[in-house]
Amino acid sequence: MSRQLLEGSEAIAAAAVAAGCRFFCGYPMTPFTETLEFFGKKLPEVGGVCINAESELEAIGMAWGALATGVRAATGSTGQGLALMQESLSEITRSELPLVYFNMARGQGDYFQATRGGGHGDYRHIVLAPADVVEAVELTQLAFYLADLWRNPVMIYGDYLLAHTNETVEMKTIEYPTLPAKDWAVDGSLGGTGKSRNINPIGMSKLKHEIEPESFWRRLNKKTKEMEKAEARHEQEFVEDAEMVVVAFGTVARFVRHVVREMRAEGIKVGYIRPITLWPFPYEALSSAADTVKSVAVMEQNAGQMIDDVKLGVLGKAPVLSIGGISSDEAGFGIGPIHDAEDVRRRIECGLRGEEMEP
Amino acid sequence: MSNDAKVRQNIISTDVVPEVPSEQLIPFKPDLLLSEDHHLCPGCGEPTAVRMMLEAIQELGLAQKAIGVVGIGCYTALTGVIDTDLVQALHGRAPSVATGVKRMLPDSLTYGLQGDGDMVSEGLQEVIHTAARGENVTIILLNNGVFGETGGHMTASTVVGQRTKNTLDGRDAEEHGHPILISEMIAGLSGAAYVARCGVFNASQTVHTKRILKKAFQTQIDKKGFSFVEILTMCPTGWFVPVIEGPGYLENVLGEIHQLGEIKSCD
Repeated sequence: MSRQLLEGSEAIAAAAVAAGCRFFCGYPMTPFTETLEFFGKKLPEVGGVCINAESELEAIGMAWGALATGVRAATGSTGQGLALMQESLSEITRSELPLVYFNMARGQGDYFQATRGGGHGDYRHIVLAPADVVEAVELTQLAFYLADLWRNPVMIYGDYLLAHTNETVEMKTIEYPTLPAKDWAVDGSLGGTGKSRNINPIGMSKLKHEIEPESFWRRLNKKTKEMEKAEARHEQEFVEDAEMVVVAFGTVARFVRHVVREMRAEGIKVGYIRPITLWPFPYEALSSAADTVKSVAVMEQNAGQMIDDVKLGVLGKAPVLSIGGISSDEAGFGIGPIHDAEDVRRRIECGLRGEEMEP
Repeated sequence: MSNDAKVRQNIISTDVVPEVPSEQLIPFKPDLLLSEDHHLCPGCGEPTAVRMMLEAIQELGLAQKAIGVVGIGCYTALTGVIDTDLVQALHGRAPSVATGVKRMLPDSLTYGLQGDGDMVSEGLQEVIHTAARGENVTIILLNNGVFGETGGHMTASTVVGQRTKNTLDGRDAEEHGHPILISEMIAGLSGAAYVARCGVFNASQTVHTKRILKKAFQTQIDKKGFSFVEILTMCPTGWFVPVIEGPGYLENVLGEIHQLGEIKSCD
């Protein structure tokens, strides 16, 4: 397939289908609605299923069932809808099901929800935050691979801008290393053999009346630690000789990248670090930048959430300034004045003066 | 007196303690049951109901097609001995999970197993929407009118007058509302093809329960739409009723409101 001009939502649905996703379900909500619409168009064309669920609770349940059969399946919503799904999102992790889900968020205020989660117990999800549609196509496919590799949910953190921007993309299936067969998936075939399967979140096994939660949770935690070591991703430019480095993610980082390049061309010694994975967070990149820069500025479209992770990376080696803030359109969909190169420049200049912005 | 015996004596305030045979009288176990051992209380109706379900699956020759989606309640402890593929769902969410399974494996026999607290209280909308969509799955409700696992608390199907841990003087319609008759509610939906209520309070009704389950599974195999079986089960420990009086209480108290019979059939 050649290059196509696609809206973000359509590109993401097409990328998911190219990655082998055959089941999607969701409940309409701006700005996620179009993602659901495009899955509804594309999945039947390849023999897949898309269900318009009656609520987010049911959407995540349906995805759970589809995943249990070994099929690549996904769901999504906005942060508000994902709030409803939290109980399932944590329990599905302990069931070790490879869920991919989308947050077409209303801005960046769901950073804590994405990286800490609102569910119960110990669990972590890999969170990929594309800055543009081209990257979203790549990361959506990576998400399905990583979910299967780790048997752990992976989230794509997008927003209104990502979902509704048209960009030219090349739609092709990305090849990843071969994954082990899903011998854990249910198909009914082992009934009556004594070897039937039980996909469950509590470490229950057949013919054992007692569950062993402690050893089960320890094993899962070991996997989480391995993911944390292996999967941190980031992009950076001009960090080596920068006086200040700006940290930003998602579509906001796209503006930051543009402005930093512009300022560099004028000889201003500023760089940027863009976490591509919000979890695991690229702490090491922050730590090593903190050894050489005079300050670290955090540019996020919220009252200050990622800044906590930045501080954990910097660990007091340099001052950390907040230069982002709450910024929205009249409807609250998360397109605000901050999505503007001039505004971003004003904020970065503020950081260079050693000042913070009111969130 | 052992601790267990003391506890038991406190729970069961009766002079009539049934003789429990020390040897197994009938050495028979369905193929789909890995063991007859379980941790549920004496007099519980759930093991009997689940046994009937497994026998029905086996007798229909569907053992290698069956996938169960199990809710959370006392019966969840039986997932260790049910020898069909299983997916453990969250409390209330089994019908949605079953939907996902069935849509991906249309030729499987997908069944859901939930209690009344799980289905009628926590997850009412799930079962209603799944029935309304006409999902080709069989959902089985084990209805004992209480949250057995938490120790006998009121659910949405507790009948008026029934004593529970949080309606100690009996469910009062004015204060606690009326029970939901879930089978009748589901039967009213166009997507529901087969709806029946049965009970395991005596031998003939237990055998009848298996017949009903077979009809429901056959409805699914024939791709006729949503099938629903409500099985009334005893929970003497959650009812403040002596074990030996459990079956009679089920038949006469719960059964009077949740009336037995085929409520909807596609024949």
